[in-house]
Amino acid sequence: MKDNVFPLPAGDGDIAPGVDNEEHSSFKAGLRSYLIGLAIAAALTVASFWAVDTHLIYGAGVPAAIVTLAIAQMGIHLVFFLHITTAPDNTNNVLALAFGVIIVAFVVLGSLWIMAHLSQMQPSMEQLMRMQR
Amino acid sequence: MSAEAPAVSMIAAPASPVDVTGHGDGGPAPRHIIVGYGFWIFLISDIVMFSAFFAAYAVLASATAGGPGPKQLFDLHNVAIETACLLLSSFSCGIASLAVADRRIWLTQGALLVTGLLGATFLGLEVHEFAHLVAANAGPERSAFLSSFFALVGCHGAHITAGLLWLGTMMAQFQAKGFRADIRRRYLCFSLFWHALDIVWVAIFSLVYLNGALT
Repeated sequence: MKDNVFPLPAGDGDIAPGVDNEEHSSFKAGLRSYLIGLAIAAALTVASFWAVDTHLIYGAGVPAAIVTLAIAQMGIHLVFFLHITTAPDNTNNVLALAFGVIIVAFVVLGSLWIMAHLSQMQPSMEQLMRMQR
Repeated sequence: MSAEAPAVSMIAAPASPVDVTGHGDGGPAPRHIIVGYGFWIFLISDIVMFSAFFAAYAVLASATAGGPGPKQLFDLHNVAIETACLLLSSFSCGIASLAVADRRIWLTQGALLVTGLLGATFLGLEVHEFAHLVAANAGPERSAFLSSFFALVGCHGAHITAGLLWLGTMMAQFQAKGFRADIRRRYLCFSLFWHALDIVWVAIFSLVYLNGALT
């Protein structure tokens, strides 16, 4: 988060450490950043809806294109809307995000992997019938 | 505010952003950074919870039990309008953040109203879609695919509903209590919540609806 997004009004100037101090905030610069984010996110959304209909992309590659566009759009949202930056006061947020991404990957990819493996190992109905005999 | 600037410079200057490395230099972090970090941890845990619903959907998407599959059920036009509503409401929520930082009460309230109306439109479209599916005998009890679909998308819809209630509360509090520091920190958390819900929706429209339209 940018320091200047939610400044306190300057009091008598005697600011204790840890209390937000007044910094100049620019409405125009903020608006420009949100507009850039909106434009890129909208373009990526249009691209993913387009990818479903088009014949320009090789059919088997379309899911990969959709996933790629979705990840790109999530990144745009994180940077322009949630203000995740490389600034020092953001390092903790970035680490928490990285941890979250690892857990999400474990849960989703792990589930898919295990369940696909299980259904491969599962005997088919025919085999089950044969076993009963 | 700028008239106060000389007074600020009289005291020992707080460490400039250049000196601060994020390892405790420059004193404790400002309170809105700490509050934002705490709420960020909540959002991450919420997204981990969503990932379990995504995993269930991904595993069960083909388990249609002889019933209708994603391709027959999903209306991509509806999804495109829902996506536009949520993206624009995320944008106007950002405008409200700027207005709060600038202490402009009517711009804040106007932007929050637009955010809420777009969110309500999204929710209306989603309820309409759910009602349509249930009426077409494709309710959550029809197949494992539909159970996991309703659980995942419904969970996101429940979050949007909670967000709309929170948004109304924020509008009332800005009106009644003004731009107090604690109210602004509360609003910071709300804006993070609302933007994060849009990120979850990006995953839903890509992995559930667009991917479903392919198979």
